Amino acid sequence: MRVADLITALGLLGLGGVVLYDATRLGIGWGGEGPASGFFPFWLAVLLIVTTAGIMVQAAVRGSTRPFVTRERLVPVLKVLGPVAGFIVVTDPPGPWSGLGLYAAAGLYMAFYMRWVGRHRWLTVAAIAVAVPVVAFVIFEQWFLVPMPKGPIEDWLGY
Amino acid sequence: MGLENLVLGFQVAITPFNVFIALVGVLLGTVIGVLPGLGGANGVAILLPLTFTMPPTSAIILLTSIYWGALFGGAITSVLFNIPGEPWSVATTFDGYPLAKQGQSGQALTAAFTSSFVGAFFSIVLITFFAPVLAEIALKFGPPEFFAIQLLTFSSFVGLGGGNPLKSFASILMGFILASVGLDIVTGQLRLTFGFTDLMKGFDFIVAVIGLFGIGEILLSVEEGLRFQGTRTGMNPRVVFETWRVLPRYFRTFVRGSIIGFWMGFKPGGATPASFMSYAFAKRFSRNPQRFGKGELEGIVAPETAAHAAGVAAMLPMLTLGIPGSPTAAVMLGGLIIWGLQPGPMLFVDNPEFVWGLIASMYTGNVLGVLMVLTLVPFFAAILKIPFAVLAPLIVVVCAIGSYAVHTSMIDIWYMLIFGVIGYVFKKLDYPLAPLVLALVLGDLSENALRQSLIMSGGGLGIFFNRPIAAVITVVALLFFALPAITPWWRRLRGVSASTSAAPRET
Repeated sequence: MRVADLITALGLLGLGGVVLYDATRLGIGWGGEGPASGFFPFWLAVLLIVTTAGIMVQAAVRGSTRPFVTRERLVPVLKVLGPVAGFIVVTDPPGPWSGLGLYAAAGLYMAFYMRWVGRHRWLTVAAIAVAVPVVAFVIFEQWFLVPMPKGPIEDWLGY
Repeated sequence: MGLENLVLGFQVAITPFNVFIALVGVLLGTVIGVLPGLGGANGVAILLPLTFTMPPTSAIILLTSIYWGALFGGAITSVLFNIPGEPWSVATTFDGYPLAKQGQSGQALTAAFTSSFVGAFFSIVLITFFAPVLAEIALKFGPPEFFAIQLLTFSSFVGLGGGNPLKSFASILMGFILASVGLDIVTGQLRLTFGFTDLMKGFDFIVAVIGLFGIGEILLSVEEGLRFQGTRTGMNPRVVFETWRVLPRYFRTFVRGSIIGFWMGFKPGGATPASFMSYAFAKRFSRNPQRFGKGELEGIVAPETAAHAAGVAAMLPMLTLGIPGSPTAAVMLGGLIIWGLQPGPMLFVDNPEFVWGLIASMYTGNVLGVLMVLTLVPFFAAILKIPFAVLAPLIVVVCAIGSYAVHTSMIDIWYMLIFGVIGYVFKKLDYPLAPLVLALVLGDLSENALRQSLIMSGGGLGIFFNRPIAAVITVVALLFFALPAITPWWRRLRGVSASTSAAPRET
């Protein structure tokens, strides 16, 4: 817990440093007609640095030595995070490649997670993985006209 | 002048379309409140993009109804599954779950819903009369007063929030910093973008809320190995009416809880302390305090009444001052801005049909809500029978859709994931998330209020102390900020050991 506390505080300290750097570039004093762009961020950064320094002292002095997370409890967390990242990449990968679109990716992602973690029957998995994207498509694309990223399947269906 | 406006409001709120919207909202909200990872703030954030094309009044009725529903939903999981959906439902589990285990979950749920309704109703009546008065006063406020009030809002998180004051303050600062990323509309300069075009748009509070509360909550749930070991609902009309016959006995508890809730809820972050305080008072004044914690009906009435009175009271500063009292109210305030409305006292002058429609819809929404949850409890409880391996990816997909819909941009889904990890780590390390969200929403408003004040004064900070109203509020705010530093010293002065109160918290 103490190490995680220190690392987080260090991260916030770094954030403060970055903000401080950019604020001085923008000007921290009086601009043409009022406080310059960097004025507010500058003071936020100063206060953040002072506060996180305090948090670090606190953590070092009386932080608990209990582990932040044990290995067996971290595994299910990573099992959630990994597939979510995969889901986003399959939807629309960064860079010039095109993805499968959100609906197809959502179906694949749900199927993968239900099968891998939940070990549900293939029939259940398939039914839910098809039904959820279809229902979502009707609600968002048809009723509320909120467009989601689409891919080859939607093209092929003519949307 | 209040009543004719309320009549006007009811004419807006009772149109068939708006009643339908309220019904849908309460239903969705209860589902959202029952599901892990989808609290009130997060649910409202996900559905906010769907309201962009609606008339603002219907949109706010939908969002507030979701909020009422989510508040009711929290009670269901607390009583039946011993899982508080929201922090202010924690006190409800003390007596709710024991009662459920004794086979009296019907009585417990009826008491919880009825108390919620009574608490909420009390606050709505007070809002009806106080809101116009407060708005009238607030109309005379200038930038210094508004900045002082915002300072007060954030100081109460630090001084009265109950958590680690340094970490609360760091959360606030981080929220403000995230809010300042992107284009500075006053000078036209780019801030904190470092040449990345993706950062120019800044961080949207909706995405932050979905990530911090939605994804973060799911990560916490899987880590803790969430299991729903439910008890039967045991709801039927006979149980409801029998419980209603008993409840008037707790009249004093209802009144006390409502007052505590309204008073605490008016200030930000107040619902959770209000529920605990009300529980503690009920126990102290009870004729049989030894039964508390073992399944005493009064132990449900007290926290539920206070929590809902507080949840509704959080709407009062949002409507009249443009300062949200809770993360959910903060998301709604963001919605107002997106719909093209200016939050704050001018709303009462420029958009009376909106304000009064909203206030009237609080009455209808809560009446609909209590009737709906009383009849549909088995359905809501059945949702939690769905295996977690199905629910978790479903909630993630809904969160991703909600994040993308805000600006139709892929980067927002990535931000959602990053905020999810931040939410998980912060929650474990006891950094509060609510002030971060509030700061992110209020960032631009606060900065503008500060800038305009400084322009008025020519750069001096004296303006916050020269004007009587601003001075009083600023001094109180500074006092709250200093409270965590003063308290141990004050205790030592009175001869009480400071170390007992400052024991490190592990959560």
